[in-house]
Amino acid sequence: MTGKTFSEKLLSAKAGEDVRAGAYVEAAVDVAMAHDITGPLAFETFYEVTGEDATLFAPDRTVLTIDHHAPADGVEAANNHNALRRFAAEHGAHQFEVGDGICHAVLVEEGFVGPGDLVVGADSHSTTYGGIGAFGTGVGSSDLGTALATGELWFRVPETIRFEVNGDLPDGVYAKDLVLKFIGDVGFAGCTYETAEYAGSAIESLPIHERLVLANMAIEMGGKAGYVEPDDRTAEYLERQTGRAVDIDPSLRSDDDATYDEVHTYRAADLAPQVSKPSNPENAVDVTEVEGTEIDQLFVGTCTNGRYEDIKLVADVLEGEELAPNVRMVVVPASGSVYRHMLKTGVFETLTDAGAVIQSAGCGPCAGYHQGVLGDGDVCLATANRNFAGREGSMDSHVYLASPATVGASALYGEITDPRRIETKRYDDTILAEVEA
Amino acid sequence: MTDPSEPGRAWVFGDDIDTDQITPSRFIVSSDPDELATHAFEDLRPEFSENVDSGDFVVAGENFGSGSSREHSPLSLVGAGVAGVVAQSFARIFFRNAINLGLPVLICPEAGIIDDGDEICMNLGEGVVYNHTTGETYNAEALPEFLQTLVEQGGLKAYTKAKLAGRESD
Ligand code: SF4
Repeated sequence: MTGKTFSEKLLSAKAGEDVRAGAYVEAAVDVAMAHDITGPLAFETFYEVTGEDATLFAPDRTVLTIDHHAPADGVEAANNHNALRRFAAEHGAHQFEVGDGICHAVLVEEGFVGPGDLVVGADSHSTTYGGIGAFGTGVGSSDLGTALATGELWFRVPETIRFEVNGDLPDGVYAKDLVLKFIGDVGFAGCTYETAEYAGSAIESLPIHERLVLANMAIEMGGKAGYVEPDDRTAEYLERQTGRAVDIDPSLRSDDDATYDEVHTYRAADLAPQVSKPSNPENAVDVTEVEGTEIDQLFVGTCTNGRYEDIKLVADVLEGEELAPNVRMVVVPASGSVYRHMLKTGVFETLTDAGAVIQSAGCGPCAGYHQGVLGDGDVCLATANRNFAGREGSMDSHVYLASPATVGASALYGEITDPRRIETKRYDDTILAEVEA
Repeated sequence: MTDPSEPGRAWVFGDDIDTDQITPSRFIVSSDPDELATHAFEDLRPEFSENVDSGDFVVAGENFGSGSSREHSPLSLVGAGVAGVVAQSFARIFFRNAINLGLPVLICPEAGIIDDGDEICMNLGEGVVYNHTTGETYNAEALPEFLQTLVEQGGLKAYTKAKLAGRESD
């Protein structure tokens, strides 16, 4: 018998039976999350299955965020927010407010998830938690409602596709470029029902904020989860962020002889900055192929690339400069703490001086709800994760996806620009510690 | 729920129909199946919500329901009275949500042969799709046993209620 993957080991442990890929199990959930769109429907399920004396499986591990329509952009959204607040107050769940930020940023920053946790979120980007070695997966509202009631949920144990990158990443190439490349290579559905595991020396050298990007976008190739093996860097990051000591179980990793469905191997030195063309993330090409494409709007934010390090990269480029006259820029920090860091370090001022608009923390225009929705014919270059037709507004708008460095460079020239034309830095996780000090 | 073994009209869609196309973001502030049904496929195929009849089927190509985790998408089809969805493949969360809601889904590699407007029906137990218009029969993947149990019990909620009731009586 060959070894096991992380996903097989984790779901075996949480289900209390020894299982392999393909098996169906009912497993114990560690953390459950819902937000202002998916929460209300999950609550209905919760009440329906539990009846009168409804109690949460674990109030202290239930997290509700108000992030998608925050602050409320209409009466229905406001009512949904109130439903979340009422539910949290009644059942003792953790609830984050308008301006606290995007679920996937908040759960990591506030220490709700850790390596080896099984996390279910009523949001497809719940794969993000794999960036710190958790098994995070997106589920629907019925799933979440029943998990809130029972603390258990059914899962198919996924196969795993391994993406291995070795060597030193060239200048201008970030985790975002890697994951766009992977998605382009396997396709939008290439990892359906499977875990995307990212490994190799280039991945190991990535700071946590970049590992989270890889795991986050596993869903853009259909993945059930994304995973980077946690290490000392993970423990240090989490301890610094959350003030809590973190235990990493050394046996809870993919065995060297684990069976993978596919293995894709890359040499870091061969990789170039990527841009995904409209209207599917799988349309990834080297930036040089789309250089010169004119842009109307730049969008910096989302659960993919709205962290302090991402926004700082853009601000570095715009320091003392102005946006190209043909573009506008919308910046939406992923969390309230990112927003405060931006104020503290002058990133906020740099960006507003350059002509950018900065919104309160949350999802912003990522899903086309508010705070910078695109009109007919608009072309947007975004640090986001999806570029489906109509995703950020009009069905006739066009969204290109790229790294913060590419977005920063493009802001200067008003057209898609190769970030290697300017000097871009790579931040490690200590930059946040410096801000906080 | 409508009976998938009764013939109904096939509404045929292509590959990679994502949740934004099934239920555009701007309408999902509602969680009401009937309300959601009135906007199903609104940007892609505006006549769908007006003309769909209870007992009709949705037929699609590869990767149906990709994109967000919104349960609003299968729920809008439940609201529209759709009896089942046949696709060459499904995005994972959509498939899961549909099972959980008791909306029958079958993975059928030959779904591409079905024409818009054909009369079709499904046999879930056997994993078969019948085309009454052409007289053809297509093989589909039978649902794994665990999922069959879920669907037979009427979806995840009914299954969980029974489970919780079992715990109390333990
Ligand atoms: S930022 Fe975008 S992708 Fe991330 S949770 Fe919000 S809407 Fe979804």
